[in-house]
Amino acid sequence: MQIKHNPGQFSNRRKIVAGIILATSLLLLVQLFMLQIADPSYKTSALSNYLRYVTDYPARGLIYDRNGELLVYNEAHYDLMVIPGQVSELDTLEFCELLGIEMATFESRLLQARQYSRFRPSVFERQISKTTFAAFQEKLFRYPGFFVQPRTLRKYTYPIATHTFGYVGEAGPNVISNDPYYRPGDYIGVSGVERAYEEQLRGQKGVRIRMVDVHNRDAGPFQEGRFDTLAVAGKDLYTTMDAELQVYGERLLQNKRGSIVAIEPSTGEILSLVTSPAFDPGLLVGRQRTRNYRMLQNDSLNPLFNRALMAQYPPGSVFKIINTLIALQEGVISPQTSYGCGGIYHTTGISIRCRSHPSPVNAITGIQYSCNTFSSIIFQNTINQSKFENIQESLQQWRDYVTSFGLGNPFGSDLSHELPGLVVTPDYYDRLYGPRGWRSQTILSLGIGQGELGVTPVQLANMTAAVANRGYYITPHLVKAIDTPDNKNNQFGLANNIEIDREHFETMAEAMRRVMAEGTGSFSAIPDIETAGKTGTVQNPHGENHSVFVAFAPVDDPQIAISVVVENAGYGSVWAAPIASLMIEKYLTREVNRAWFEQRILDARFLTAQPEDAQ
Amino acid sequence: MTPQFNILKNIDKTVLFLFLVMVIIGWFNIFASEYTEAHRHIFDLGTSYGKQLVWILGAFILAAAVLTIDIRFFTSFAWVIYVSLLVVLIGVLFFGVEINATRAWFRVGGFAFQPSEIAKYGTILALASLISRARVKSPDVSSRTKAFAVILLPAMLVLLQKDVGTTLVFSSFILVLFREGYIGGLVLFFGVVAVALFVLTLIFNEFIIIGALAAITLLVGFLMRKKSRVMPQLIGLFLLLSGFVYSVDYTFDNVLEPHHKARIEVLIYGGADLQGAGYNLHQSKIAIGSGGFAGKGFLQGTQTQFNFIPEQSTDFIFCTVGEEWGFIGSLVIIGLYTSLMIRLLYLAEKQRSVFSRVFGYATISILFFHFAINIGMTIGLVPVIGIPLPLISYGGSSLWGMTLMLFTFLKLDAHRYEMI
Repeated sequence: MQIKHNPGQFSNRRKIVAGIILATSLLLLVQLFMLQIADPSYKTSALSNYLRYVTDYPARGLIYDRNGELLVYNEAHYDLMVIPGQVSELDTLEFCELLGIEMATFESRLLQARQYSRFRPSVFERQISKTTFAAFQEKLFRYPGFFVQPRTLRKYTYPIATHTFGYVGEAGPNVISNDPYYRPGDYIGVSGVERAYEEQLRGQKGVRIRMVDVHNRDAGPFQEGRFDTLAVAGKDLYTTMDAELQVYGERLLQNKRGSIVAIEPSTGEILSLVTSPAFDPGLLVGRQRTRNYRMLQNDSLNPLFNRALMAQYPPGSVFKIINTLIALQEGVISPQTSYGCGGIYHTTGISIRCRSHPSPVNAITGIQYSCNTFSSIIFQNTINQSKFENIQESLQQWRDYVTSFGLGNPFGSDLSHELPGLVVTPDYYDRLYGPRGWRSQTILSLGIGQGELGVTPVQLANMTAAVANRGYYITPHLVKAIDTPDNKNNQFGLANNIEIDREHFETMAEAMRRVMAEGTGSFSAIPDIETAGKTGTVQNPHGENHSVFVAFAPVDDPQIAISVVVENAGYGSVWAAPIASLMIEKYLTREVNRAWFEQRILDARFLTAQPEDAQ
Repeated sequence: MTPQFNILKNIDKTVLFLFLVMVIIGWFNIFASEYTEAHRHIFDLGTSYGKQLVWILGAFILAAAVLTIDIRFFTSFAWVIYVSLLVVLIGVLFFGVEINATRAWFRVGGFAFQPSEIAKYGTILALASLISRARVKSPDVSSRTKAFAVILLPAMLVLLQKDVGTTLVFSSFILVLFREGYIGGLVLFFGVVAVALFVLTLIFNEFIIIGALAAITLLVGFLMRKKSRVMPQLIGLFLLLSGFVYSVDYTFDNVLEPHHKARIEVLIYGGADLQGAGYNLHQSKIAIGSGGFAGKGFLQGTQTQFNFIPEQSTDFIFCTVGEEWGFIGSLVIIGLYTSLMIRLLYLAEKQRSVFSRVFGYATISILFFHFAINIGMTIGLVPVIGIPLPLISYGGSSLWGMTLMLFTFLKLDAHRYEMI
């Protein structure tokens, strides 16, 4: 059975549809004719075989100190690049002699480049010298597939602040696969400020499309550079660092193991971040970087370890500042409350020694003489307050106070690789002793800053800044402004408030002033600068105690808050305090007038290679 | 109906030949676009050309299966297939995986599959069934509404997957509706005018366009001043078009997603943004342009080999053709497509059942849209819309979808003397 053909009443429209199809095909053909035949601009001319995509690497942003002094800049160098697909007959022997490499090396590098890509450039020889570059430039036309790529390397005005700057390395395979911006051979900030501000510092790569003829000669820009993009230079960084103070701090810590952190309390700007032992940042630049890095890694003094941000010590007596403030705020004591001290404090199953000093003591004199008895009593009373149902709740509230000083957590600002420190949780003791197995005397060492506490030097300086500010701190950070000195870096400007009344901080400031005027720190009092400080001596089971000191000055208008740690040096008042006092004097007066006092520090040596005990 | 119906005798050899030639050309170009010296094995399933061989083999099996199915299956199950594809489209919204920001894929092992490609097939079946059942001589409002609904429903579901390219493909059914009298010539005309105005508005200030429209209205009005009734219509038309032009700016700024906006801007302003949206287009034009008259030869394309063009084996496969085979190659490809479409048009008009004719036209529409938009975008005639070049681009869903449509139509055509 067959049916009739019934095209319907609109059958004529088939012609219009056919017309649309044919017209479209024609339109496409016309445009293709324009592109492929009529318009010469899309063709690489007969002379030029290849288009070469030359990357223009922007200059990395410069780094300045807080007073506009240039600290980190760039120096040009040259990489010899190869595009394996374009390599043809060349005098390999001459080539290798020019470069000073073996034939075997030549073969293996070429193979390596070929394995990456036949058509994309690979680095053949990094950072060739200027003489080699000059020699090459002349003969380049005889080596098809090779070309020279200008790059820049970091240079440093002073061999300082190496951990703060960090260093620049080559982007690794992980970075390259996760971020399309990076290609093999590209540089990237690996640590420090270089890493934290990588996006601002790196700028934007440009691409020039060049035509290249069969003799490896540049045949000019492709289409008069219509498709080229300009490299955009990286943005400069204006750090919060005071270069002069940093240089001085590094000098003071020579031949010692430890750190100095100085902060401007009103802004949270880090004035200096000294770690010792350190090394010249220039070591991690250029061809020798890998070798030098390995050398530093194997150094028994561990210079790669950024003590200022990563060393975690029990704070020792400086922690009495926080415990006293908590006791005052909680109403456990009033500023007038005083207790007698007989040189030793006894409680159930434990006794804590104290050095001899006038008795009785109150909140102010307790700090002034760093009385262990007073600290132990007020800590126990804080923990044993009847308003808490159990010790867990009580310790948790104490912990909340402590962490509000910036302890126990990383600041998460632009400091790279900082460690969080440690403030013990009730859970920890529950696991250790069982929920009913611990009392305030079990954890009494917390009262004098020992036990399950870990504080980094930058956290010590920051908590001191909080006292200087009488109750708040601005997150410590390293970069003041980006691009121009006026383009302020505002991301860390917010105040972190501490829930303790200002009057108690005033009490504490007075106590710390007395430490310097007539207490444990009086040896380091600075003429004409009213300073507030607190000494600390951290018990070290592995060797000599660590000398710790925190301070701020001037007391009534604080410009600088500082922490100093000198490992294995003994009493805080003997080594850390004098260093802090010299730093403060240097910063506030720009000079140091106590020559013998300074010389004593410069001559001191506490460096003995021994197992790391600060972590 | 003879008991021993020989499908191979009745199948249209021209279409079959064109299909085979295009699939083979496609594979060689995919091979060229991915080829590196490190990977020389043709049957490497880690490469797209290796995978494509599997897809092609599958397409042949699919074609054979379609040819052996009883022809009444397509008419009887048209709606069942349509509805189940709608369900799958909804399912992919919840259970699919995201590739290139489009949630339109199911993944099985190393192969990803895009149901929206097959959804077009279901839509064609439903549309053919709907139109063939309409008993009226000239379509009324109700049958028009139904026809639009059948097309818009899957189109909207595909849009929800954020796959704008495939959604736009559904607009190609305008050609079918036009042929069957569901829309008039005026609509087609205004469609073209609307697109032209859209582009012009983006290039020029909208007030310049409106001024030009006013001038044209006055001129036409003056020329036709003898016909008194034409003036109100002209003014109405002028207001309508002005309103459209004015709303284009709004649409462009507020409705389109940033990356679509960027692609249109690149096309119109020539694209100073080499790193971003302009990149594909520039690289693609350089590659095709550098092919010249005769091309650089198989595997000799430097742009192609550099991997400068992203998605080169899929949406930008025409770059490889243009660069390695030159204008000659472009001519061959365009010739093949045009021949295929015209041959299909000829066959469609020969059909005795409306169902088969509509099916044929719908297949042409989809083929045409992909062809025009895909090649157009690689040479800078239309914005970059991510849709493949049928039968040539890498990708199983696209190949299978097209194979399914072509061979269903060939099957229908082979039986055109039967009542279906």
